[in-house]
Amino acid sequence: MPAARLMDEAEVRRSITRIAHEIIERNKGADGVVLVGIAARGDDLARRLAREIGRIEGQTVPVGALDITFYRDDIGIRAEAPEVHETRIDFDINGWTVVLVDDVLFTGRTIRSALDALVDFGRPTAIQLAVLVDRGHRELPIRADFVGKNLPTRKDEDVRVALREVDGEDAVLVDDPVRSETGTEGVRS
Amino acid sequence: MNRHLLSIHDLSAEEVVRILDTAESFREVGTRVIKKVPALRGRTVVNLFYENSTRTRISFELAAKRLSADVINFSTGGSSVSKGESLKDTALTLQAMGADAIVIRHSSSGAPLTLTRWVRGSVLNAGDGTHEHPTQALLDLYTMRDRLGRLEGLRVAIVGDVLHSRVARSLSFALVKMGAEVTLVGPPTLIPPDAAAWGVQVSHDIGAVLPKLDVCYMLRVQRERQRQQYFPSVREYARLFGLSRERAGLLPDRALVMHPGPMNRGVEIDSDVADLPRAAIEEQVTNGIAVRMSLLFILLGGSGSQEDEQEAGAVRLPEEVPAGA
Repeated sequence: MPAARLMDEAEVRRSITRIAHEIIERNKGADGVVLVGIAARGDDLARRLAREIGRIEGQTVPVGALDITFYRDDIGIRAEAPEVHETRIDFDINGWTVVLVDDVLFTGRTIRSALDALVDFGRPTAIQLAVLVDRGHRELPIRADFVGKNLPTRKDEDVRVALREVDGEDAVLVDDPVRSETGTEGVRS
Repeated sequence: MNRHLLSIHDLSAEEVVRILDTAESFREVGTRVIKKVPALRGRTVVNLFYENSTRTRISFELAAKRLSADVINFSTGGSSVSKGESLKDTALTLQAMGADAIVIRHSSSGAPLTLTRWVRGSVLNAGDGTHEHPTQALLDLYTMRDRLGRLEGLRVAIVGDVLHSRVARSLSFALVKMGAEVTLVGPPTLIPPDAAAWGVQVSHDIGAVLPKLDVCYMLRVQRERQRQQYFPSVREYARLFGLSRERAGLLPDRALVMHPGPMNRGVEIDSDVADLPRAAIEEQVTNGIAVRMSLLFILLGGSGSQEDEQEAGAVRLPEEVPAGA
């Protein structure tokens, strides 16, 4: 299926740099801030953001990975038990500001699950949300604090984030199930 | 994956790996302050135990509770319940109450398979007669992989009363499936005559086997067997096949000692051997919860468990069941 490229490597890099600055600005530095990425790909993005924040502020920011499979709300709907990823939060989140990191914000259901999962680890002072792409179509009252790029999409389109760590390249791609021909300007609102 | 878990033969090697990998995530859940996830909220798991069991029942109960399922424990106390009608009636009652999974332990080999004909939910075999105990085998595999980093090529001895041991059967089948080399060790009277067909080696000399092992798996001596004259005396058995401190010294440095419990300290295993760092016996218990969580999650975590009830009777009978108690 032809996929339109909506962000390339440089754009992904600039977005991460900007979000890192915004996180520091919002929290008046990086003290008391931890990053928790949602597997898969949110955890890789969280590690990159932490490196960037560390570079800017000259301090180490703890990074964790969260798998939300056990907190999903579709048990009666899905045909099979989903694949499970690793959860690794090696630090106490009590009293810290947790920045949740995910690749694509869509219906908001993943984030709802992540919020439930996170409070099982403790009681953070605040939870903020950073995403590389916000594609709209929310089904829950959830919004992101930090957004790399707002992408108006049709609901039946498939937006994918590719990352070097798992996919060998950085890109944001959209698959259109309707069109056979596609260009980079192909996104509709 | 098959809807039921009756035998190790129900699983492919890939499915075994998936169960163990998923169990890895559940073990992490077990390290949290809140050891509970909402993964099976609203599902009902029934523990149907026709035979006394503490650790397996508690392990399944804890596994289901940590997945937020509702758990009902149905113990018969052992004596008054006979096979046939009454098992069927119990099954139909549990069916009518909407059980999504039934975990069954029964003294008759094949009882879990029979149960699948009457219930719509998943059936998990928690030990049936001398047939199989697949969840024990899976938690043993998990423990070996966790401690030694692999299963393929592992050299494992299973020592003791293999003939009457459903643990030994399930574990042998599982290890052979995953490419390990299995040696059954015990007196000739307690080694099943068809063992060669399992793809395993047989030895009657524990001392010769120990120096080459990665895992020495001791089975519990079932003392009532002594009265049936499978071996002359418990003392003689302990001397010939028990894992004494001296014998444990023959094992390679990294080799594990395992035991499914409950142990007879001083019979099949010396007390101080059971407490050595190389003994993984307590880890087996801890890992058992994670592995059973993984199984319940994979079997009940989709909507498939409510569908195609007529398929229930089509489950193949795994292998011949040998004569035994």
